[in-house]
Amino acid sequence: MTMEAYRYEDGSITYPGHPIGPDGSEPVETIDLSEYTAKVVTWTTSTATPPGVREPNTLAIVEFDVSEASDDASSSRTQSGDDGEPVRALGQVTTDDVETGDTVRPVHVEELREPGAGIREPESQEWDGYRFEPV
Amino acid sequence: MERVAIIGASMTQFGKREEWIRELLAEAGLACLEDAGVDPADVEHLYVSNMASGEFEGQSGVVNALVHDLDAIPAYTQRVDQTSSSGGAGIYAAWQSVASGASDMTLLVGGEKMTHRTTAEATDVIASLTHPVEYKHGVTLPSFAGLTARHYLERFDAPRESLAKVAVKNHENGVDNPKAQFQKEIDLETAMESPIVADPLRLYDFCPITDGSAALMFCPESVAREYTDEYVVIAGVDGATDTHVVHEREDPTIMGGVVESGEGAYEMSGYGPDDIDVAELHDMFTILEFLQMEGLGFAEHGEAWKLVEEGYTERDTGELPINTSGGLKSKGHPLGASGVAQAVEIYEQLMGEAGPRQVGADVGLTCNVGGFGNCVITTIMEAAR
Repeated sequence: MTMEAYRYEDGSITYPGHPIGPDGSEPVETIDLSEYTAKVVTWTTSTATPPGVREPNTLAIVEFDVSEASDDASSSRTQSGDDGEPVRALGQVTTDDVETGDTVRPVHVEELREPGAGIREPESQEWDGYRFEPV
Repeated sequence: MERVAIIGASMTQFGKREEWIRELLAEAGLACLEDAGVDPADVEHLYVSNMASGEFEGQSGVVNALVHDLDAIPAYTQRVDQTSSSGGAGIYAAWQSVASGASDMTLLVGGEKMTHRTTAEATDVIASLTHPVEYKHGVTLPSFAGLTARHYLERFDAPRESLAKVAVKNHENGVDNPKAQFQKEIDLETAMESPIVADPLRLYDFCPITDGSAALMFCPESVAREYTDEYVVIAGVDGATDTHVVHEREDPTIMGGVVESGEGAYEMSGYGPDDIDVAELHDMFTILEFLQMEGLGFAEHGEAWKLVEEGYTERDTGELPINTSGGLKSKGHPLGASGVAQAVEIYEQLMGEAGPRQVGADVGLTCNVGGFGNCVITTIMEAAR
């Protein structure tokens, strides 16, 4: 299981990936964001949740700062500093004890919401994924 | 190109209604025909703005049903679904149908039937418009609002009370709208102490779930003069689309669709933000009123809250009254009807028919937002005097 983002020819990265990137070009590689940490841009705790969703549901938009791809598998996968490419993601947070600016890491969970409870066709998407855990 | 006129308008009672979607649409459609003085047989195009009658009620084919119910056969008909901005998109479609010369009489009816569903079910129907990478986390439109509101308040050092003041203002306006879902004032303390829905936003920062319908009649200006001496014209209209994935936007406090559609509508009309006398903005959540004020040029980025604090948007004393109808916040938000109902309010303001809500206005603007800024339609209307 990965948290797959796409990098495009101009260096920009999106999560999720799209067939055509922001610069109009096709993606050139995938990046597993689950190997990186991120900063919380903003967060909320939702108390009015849809069927099959935990209540309350704390959510955050986080920003990863992804360094250039490296052939060295042992190279750092933490935030790379000023030369990194920002990419954002939204997801559940493992706790309601979170603040803007906190550093978080993705933690895999088998089920983010009950597949059969909502309006969407259960087989139309994957229901596992990553929550963000403050570190 | 001949200008497109609006010669009739109607709106049903908004709120919890016993009627189903077919009946709601027919109620507004018949009232609009009567208001415009148009025979159903003279309707050439009939658009229905509706987001989710299939999902909410299991009723599809509402367009055919409405043409039949109104005895407008054989008018061409089409459903317009652009989620919460279906109404605005319907205005754009109706304008196109007349401006292109394809129709000399176009009826637009927007409506939604929602209240028979639980809040959780209705929330999920609406949330299904989101991208799967967001939906599977249980994201809802209110949670997007909470995320954005926190970012806005922290970044611009705006007081939490400024959002509550939007709710207080729009509820106060709704008191004078007999068709509004809520005709009840609230005070700042009530808004600030109401239950949390999506922290930092509370119950009174959100619009209700609503049943209702609204309608407008469009025709070329030359045809309008055959029916009436007083009418309204579409001075400018434009639509734009932003990212499907909300978190991909570079700046969470800027809705690109609002900016783009606003610029298009201003350019087409020749008017600018300073020319607008009254506006109906899509206050599905209080924070959206700030974002639209800034995206449309009524306020600098990050400073709309200051104008609200100063009373700039108050109906009776402000320089730019916003949401004189009560807005979605107080009037209600039957998805497909809302954009149409916004224009009904501006139509009544420009025609001098708004009763106790009347402000002095020659030019008005509506901004109808779908999703969380995913699709936006901005329309500028002016009185033909």
